[in-house]
Amino acid sequence: MQPPQAISPTHGFWNLPIDAAQHGHTLDTHLLLNLWIALGLLALAHLILFLGLAIRKRSARPARQLLVEYLPLAALTLLFAFLALRSERLWAAQRYTGADLSAMQVEVTGMQFVWYFRYPGADAAFGNTKLSLVAPAEGNPLGIDPNDRYGHDDFVTSQLVLPADREVDLTLRAQDVIHGFSVPQMRLKQNAVPGQTTHIHFTPETPGDYAILCTQVCGLGYYRMMATLRVLPQPAFNAWLQSHEAAMTEASQ
Amino acid sequence: MSRLTDHRTIGFGYLLLSLLAVLIGTLLSLAMRAHLAWPNWPLPLHGPILPEEYLALVTMHGTLMLFFVLTVAPQSGFSNLILPAQIGSRHMAFPRLNALGLYLTALALFTLLAAFFVPGGAPIGGWTAYPPLSETALAGPGQGLGMDLWLASIAIFSIASTLSSINTLTTILKLRCEGMTWQRLPLTVWGWFTAALLSVLAFSVLLAALLLLFCDRHLHSAFFLPAQDLVNGVLLQHHGDGSPLLWLHLFWFFGHPEVYIAILPGMGLTSMVIANFAHRRVFAYRLMIATTLLIGFLGILVWGHHMFVAGLNPFAGTAFSISTMAIAIPASAKVLSWLATLWRSRPTLSTPMLFALGFVSLFITGGITGPILAQPILDEYLHNTFFVVAHFHLIMAMAGIFGLFCAIYYWAPLLFHRTLSEPLGKLHFWATILGAYSTFLPMHFTGLAGEPRHYAQLSGVAGPATDLLQSTLPLQRHITASAIFLVCAQLPFLLNLILSLRRPAQHLDNPWQATTMEWAPNALTPHPTEDQTIVYREPCHYSDSGKEFLTQWSTASTFSPEPE
Repeated sequence: MQPPQAISPTHGFWNLPIDAAQHGHTLDTHLLLNLWIALGLLALAHLILFLGLAIRKRSARPARQLLVEYLPLAALTLLFAFLALRSERLWAAQRYTGADLSAMQVEVTGMQFVWYFRYPGADAAFGNTKLSLVAPAEGNPLGIDPNDRYGHDDFVTSQLVLPADREVDLTLRAQDVIHGFSVPQMRLKQNAVPGQTTHIHFTPETPGDYAILCTQVCGLGYYRMMATLRVLPQPAFNAWLQSHEAAMTEASQ
Repeated sequence: MSRLTDHRTIGFGYLLLSLLAVLIGTLLSLAMRAHLAWPNWPLPLHGPILPEEYLALVTMHGTLMLFFVLTVAPQSGFSNLILPAQIGSRHMAFPRLNALGLYLTALALFTLLAAFFVPGGAPIGGWTAYPPLSETALAGPGQGLGMDLWLASIAIFSIASTLSSINTLTTILKLRCEGMTWQRLPLTVWGWFTAALLSVLAFSVLLAALLLLFCDRHLHSAFFLPAQDLVNGVLLQHHGDGSPLLWLHLFWFFGHPEVYIAILPGMGLTSMVIANFAHRRVFAYRLMIATTLLIGFLGILVWGHHMFVAGLNPFAGTAFSISTMAIAIPASAKVLSWLATLWRSRPTLSTPMLFALGFVSLFITGGITGPILAQPILDEYLHNTFFVVAHFHLIMAMAGIFGLFCAIYYWAPLLFHRTLSEPLGKLHFWATILGAYSTFLPMHFTGLAGEPRHYAQLSGVAGPATDLLQSTLPLQRHITASAIFLVCAQLPFLLNLILSLRRPAQHLDNPWQATTMEWAPNALTPHPTEDQTIVYREPCHYSDSGKEFLTQWSTASTFSPEPE
């Protein structure tokens, strides 16, 4: 598959990568609004600074504190309040509630210096894992407990494959140190913390291959702790899922 | 009083430590920049930079710059050199405690630098040392003895900073001369005062956190470790069930006030220097005092904005977002005051003034991205990218350094009994501000493209991730070239210092027509023969035309005072 961003991964004045998730559009709109306002304020402040220096006729020191200090301050306060309110609504929409109950479940585990993705299989439930059972050489990098029947059909990949236009609920875990799970093109970032499970949900929209990066320094291989998110159209995804589930069923029989 | 406990000797001692730290810290950053733009370039006398060596460079660069330059030089160095004179005192409150602070800071610096030379090298976890990466030598090279030395160094530094802050606070509280009321204190003193208050709080918490981490590492406790943690194939043996997030809370409870400790003295100095060269009273002087204290107070309440996507409760994210947006208001008030003070003032654009103006410019440019990063939904995209690196380098590192240069040029007559050369100073200023912007502005754009901090190389594994990061390479090369230019721009400064110090000392009597007490005759004489120092008025007392001025120590009253 040719990812659409192969030509130039970023675009526009602000150099953002393409945005391929449902929540990304409003996030980008808000981000661009913030950036343009920041640029405007920056230009305005410097204009006042340079004008104030350039005018060679000295005036008396401005006396009206209300006009010069409190009025602009009130305007800035309103502006910041407006931006904060707008952003909190977006934050609340994404984070205050969990994923829809029908969302697809995938578990993401970070360890030095690799990401693993676990799918629950046909039973739609994850088996237990134990750190003492972790044995990468025996094909069990996550320590899935063989005595837990829910784990029998779980399958683990090193590439995150998701269907387009379906909400996904990611469960983030880390085995050793803190890792940062980040998908810039999905406008997504959340740390995976050892001893803690964290959920994050989103809906990929545009099929393609996207970057998964680790964004929390985690040791010497930090810079290469990368993976690929492949978003497939629904039919292609179903075929991919069925082939993996069938393989697991065969293996467990 | 012996020469060793003299506050001026101690002040110069702190500045020398900072100079050493800034030289090393700068060289480390050049090696990092060179490696990012040209990953195959072998470092002379060393060879190719390995990924863990890159991380060691980042960690040591951040630690040296933040602790030993941006904290030591403005807060310990210049406060010892200038603060007593500004409040009409001849000494600091606790000379021996003060000297102890300097020796401990020196010990901390050498302990830190020793980490380069131990097996495994310097630590690689960044200046924030998040556990469990910082918990065990199993987590990577540098996390063994190197990490222990880092912990020891910062623990010693915390003790030194606390001692030094207690000294500063007591000095300001008890040793102000007659007539030096709180309203008459220069804004620099308010900056030092607020920063010292923050230091006492912040460094105590940091010290506690460091001790807990030390216990985790060597006594098998688990303050910052979950019940089970598997590092490098080994289940860590320890008792208890803690959380790495506890470290993040404790560290940032220190870490955020720390950045205000670094910048508050510079803000105070900038205000006073602008007033001095504009020959005007600082606009809304009392509001400036209030905003200094308010920034200090709010600075304690914003630490969670470093943790929006670190596993913090999203409701807590909202609360920290609001407190962080709130701090933009006193910060904006300061900018408005600076702009109003400067407005049509026809200031004298001497080098100290240029650096103060540079401080204002960099403070605006770096600060304006603060409210963007304060919004959790945007931080979700920008967290730990180079956008953040651009933000804090402009507002803390560059503005902080401009504050320091402003201090050196402005107080040179008091420090060295000479003024520094103006042509060289102006060359230094213009080259430095050009280099600063050219280096750090483009980082916003590599960050917006998605480039994470701390990446040793931008070509990790073939695939969409590397495609994305490789697209920033042209900008990376530009940033590296600019960083080299920025470092070269410091040569006129060093030349200026050397040339000026080779000239014979001059007797300079208030050369900038300043109004504050450090410029009073004999202000720096340890044992004046005259009677007590008395302060008669608030600082920055200039006539409307700016032609006349009254110093704080002057008994005359030649023109009617301006209304506030």
